[in-house]
Amino acid sequence: MQLFPCPFCGPRDETEFHYGGEAGNVRPEGANVSADFWANYLWFRANPTGPSREIWMHMTCGEFFVMTRDASTHVVADSSPNSGREP
Amino acid sequence: MSARRLDRGGSDIDRSRPLEFAFDGQKVDGFHGDTIASALLASNIRIVARSFKHHRPRGVWGAGVEEPNALVDVADLGRLTPNVRATVAPARPGLVARSVNASPTARADRYAFLDRFARFIPAGFYYKTFLWPNWRSYENRIRAMAGLGRVDPASVAGGRADQINAHCDLLVVGAGPAGLAAALQAGSAGASTILVDDGARPGGSLRHRAGVIDGAAAIDWAEAAVAELKRQGVEYLPSTTAFGVYDHNLVGLAQRRGEARPDTLWRVRARHVIVAAGAIERPLPFANNDLPGIMSADAALIYLRRYGVIVGERIVVATNNDSAYEVADALAEAGAAVTVIDSRANGRAGKLASDVRFGRRLTSARGRQVVEGAMLNDGATIAADCILVSGGWTPTVHLFCQARGKLAWRDELAAFAPAGPTSLLSVAGAAAGAISLADTLASGAKAAREFCGGAAPIPVSAGRENTLRIDPIWSSAERTDRVWIDYQSDVTAKDVELAARENFVSVEHLKRYTTLGMATDQGKTSNIGGLALMAEITGRQIAEVGTTTYRPPYAPTSFASLAGLRGGALMSPLKRLPLEAAHRARGAVFREYGGWLRPAYYGGGPGEPQIQEEARQARRSAAIFDASTLGKIEVVGPQAAEFVDFIYYNAMSTLRPGRCRYGLMLSESGIVFDDGVLARLGEDRFLVSCSSSHVGAVHARLEEWRQDRFDRKRLFIHNATSHLATVTVSGPRAKALLSELALRIDLDDSALPHMAVCDGDFQGGEMRVARVSFTGDRSYEISVPADRAEDLWMQLIELGKRFEAAVIGVEALMILRAEKGYIGIGKDTDGATMPHDLGMAGPRERRLDEYVGRRSLFTEEATRADRRQLVGLSVSAGEPPLATGAHGVEAVGSKQRSIGYVTSSYMSPTLGFPIALGLIERGASRRGEAVDIRHLGEMRRATIGAPCAFDLGGTRLNA
Ligand SMILES: [Zn+2]
Repeated sequence: MQLFPCPFCGPRDETEFHYGGEAGNVRPEGANVSADFWANYLWFRANPTGPSREIWMHMTCGEFFVMTRDASTHVVADSSPNSGREP
Repeated sequence: MSARRLDRGGSDIDRSRPLEFAFDGQKVDGFHGDTIASALLASNIRIVARSFKHHRPRGVWGAGVEEPNALVDVADLGRLTPNVRATVAPARPGLVARSVNASPTARADRYAFLDRFARFIPAGFYYKTFLWPNWRSYENRIRAMAGLGRVDPASVAGGRADQINAHCDLLVVGAGPAGLAAALQAGSAGASTILVDDGARPGGSLRHRAGVIDGAAAIDWAEAAVAELKRQGVEYLPSTTAFGVYDHNLVGLAQRRGEARPDTLWRVRARHVIVAAGAIERPLPFANNDLPGIMSADAALIYLRRYGVIVGERIVVATNNDSAYEVADALAEAGAAVTVIDSRANGRAGKLASDVRFGRRLTSARGRQVVEGAMLNDGATIAADCILVSGGWTPTVHLFCQARGKLAWRDELAAFAPAGPTSLLSVAGAAAGAISLADTLASGAKAAREFCGGAAPIPVSAGRENTLRIDPIWSSAERTDRVWIDYQSDVTAKDVELAARENFVSVEHLKRYTTLGMATDQGKTSNIGGLALMAEITGRQIAEVGTTTYRPPYAPTSFASLAGLRGGALMSPLKRLPLEAAHRARGAVFREYGGWLRPAYYGGGPGEPQIQEEARQARRSAAIFDASTLGKIEVVGPQAAEFVDFIYYNAMSTLRPGRCRYGLMLSESGIVFDDGVLARLGEDRFLVSCSSSHVGAVHARLEEWRQDRFDRKRLFIHNATSHLATVTVSGPRAKALLSELALRIDLDDSALPHMAVCDGDFQGGEMRVARVSFTGDRSYEISVPADRAEDLWMQLIELGKRFEAAVIGVEALMILRAEKGYIGIGKDTDGATMPHDLGMAGPRERRLDEYVGRRSLFTEEATRADRRQLVGLSVSAGEPPLATGAHGVEAVGSKQRSIGYVTSSYMSPTLGFPIALGLIERGASRRGEAVDIRHLGEMRRATIGAPCAFDLGGTRLNA
């Protein structure tokens, strides 16, 4: 079981967290979003082997935050509060 | 035949406390401190189990967790535990042990004849043979014979397992010389330390191997070290197995407490782990090397020094390394006639062993049921009642490898050992390849010092130091089916050769094809031998062949320990209503609905008549039901209106305060995620009502969007679902009923019309009434704080008697809403349903602003003409209801194709005929058409219509 650092609550077991997707997946908006562009937003992920910036929600406090985690070794390098409109 | 208990000796047994237990129906004597295996050996019981495949007689091989043979089912402490290793399980008075895989007993097993067919049952035999007509036709019979141990479904552990969460700076696995040296170092540095050992007493090899440490006998030093550690505050857990290392140094421990309850599970989060788990002795390959009486040389020394048991009178010690000489000397000193067969030309002479033959190997063991002698490669035979073997040592690297440590082949050990520590875990002592006692102690101290410092002096050992000088032997002269590589899985040298010949040369394939290294011992004694033999056969280096993947658990761990409290009703705990007691008092029959325990109907009985009556009465006069499970999430702040517009498919900011609107929430892929009513309580205040089973998910989704794109200082979300209880009064007489209740609200329709909400007062406390209907009749949802719910409920019931109101459960409510064509999310919608499939195309066509899922409603998929759409389905009067889940079908050539399915189906007591909802291709444009409905081979006809089957004009909402 991985140990994730919630920026607000400190280190907690991964079962308290919910994965929210890759960070930086900007929602395309407006009248002329192409189907490809939208599909890319919905479904296509870089899924890198190695360090990856991820959005997580700490379910017990309700906060979303950004965590840099190596998807291969599971080493967590950093976690920081979600600034809100950050891409 | 002459293993026996000596008159003296045995550091682990208490001769003043004799005990008695049963094995295969036979009385066995032992002492407190014995294991089942040591007591069996003391009683000269040699055949303790039958082998997995061939039902060969098997005896005790080892003295620890690695035991491949001596598995027993143990009835003790009020429960039956299958596949217990007799070498680990303590002998306890009154315990009843039975050998596994034997019937009726290991000595007189009725399947022993199978061994004569051994050469017809090679590796892969079952896969190759039982193919016609198919594997399944044989599976049951084969499985009945296969497997080890018996599970008794009637046996229930006495209570649930404790589970303990702990954290520490350093976790040391193994209380042998390396582990104790590491813990002493960490203790002196003030690091919080937990020391675990799977033995009941500390010391590991120090308990049976000779040595002098800091001037004391090794075993005394070990006991003193533990006393010192306890003084330093180190937590020492004996009889505890570290079975797995998981992510970020979470280590699972199984602690045996000798209680009726299952083992205690510890989840220890350690900043650093030192694995000092020792090494395990390997067998040697020769024919019949599995006969009872053939055992690990080190184990024989354990039985001698810790349990006072000498394992034979005429003993052959076969070795390829130095470590067996201490064993030979000790047994000779204890009175056995010992012959050492050393495969190396230049062995080391024992002190007392009378006969040492260098450069000789065993070719076979002789004996029918048990060992009677040994044959050498020079043709000599030696009469013997016991053959002790030492084929070298395999470092116990399981935990290290689970933590993704890398191994390197070490020729001087003839084994794989850790190539170096990981960042979170290091290995010390024999597990790291140390041979001498001095090196072992130093490596433990050094590993701890690297992690946490510490100034304790490294313990100084004196006396003869161990050497190994191994000259490995991987294969016998002939690779026959009589040379066992893996005792537990009955894998022979011939099986490994067959695997190689059939090109299963990768270790992972070798394992799966032959079952080498599987089952309860996971190949602790056999893996290296098997892969080394594969290397030899295929002409590769052992390092090239590699090892299979090490996965937790290291040793069998009971499910009950892992489950802890999570069993029975706590397996997946249901949410309970504040009014549960009141429902029970009315004779409610409870069922689970979306994680909630709710009344299905009232009054007991078979159900259907009661449900029909409840639904009929609800339409006739009034219904009272508990709607507390509906989600109630408050959205508050200056951005609240903007927020609900974004969250909902329907435009919501146009809603006036005091009014409600039904709406859908979509996922970003345009699929209907939830539905419900939004109430605007004030300019900056909304109340989101969502499906009972969806509250958590909706709340999380609202939080996600809030934090992602809104100003979190100007928007707040609060889940008030459990704070409030809701009772709904519905039906033509609902208003009359409610007007009798002092709620201090104006019930006039001009003040409180359909889809309006207002605050009132119930017994001086807060109360809210919403005119929202899930039945199609005039309805009032009354919400009060949960602790007032019972008062409200009782008053409504009492009043209801005057209005012939029915108290209805969820089942009747389902009928009422289906009559109206009101959907249940996840029931009448599925993972492809979009809002326009439900006849709600308005916002899709009109809204130009952004909302969740908008773009997905205009994809190619979303605009297909053949989408499945919500319809009503009717059958001829007098027919029974359609089956829920039945498929609509149409013919395509000679075959049938599904065009959708029935999502809800009920008998309507009010209408007098069945009603149904369904998702049917192009359904909206097919009204009036008949479709074929197929269920379990039966075909029926149904007519497509509007989802709403009752009160099409909606006049009853205000009646
Ligand atoms: Zn948190």
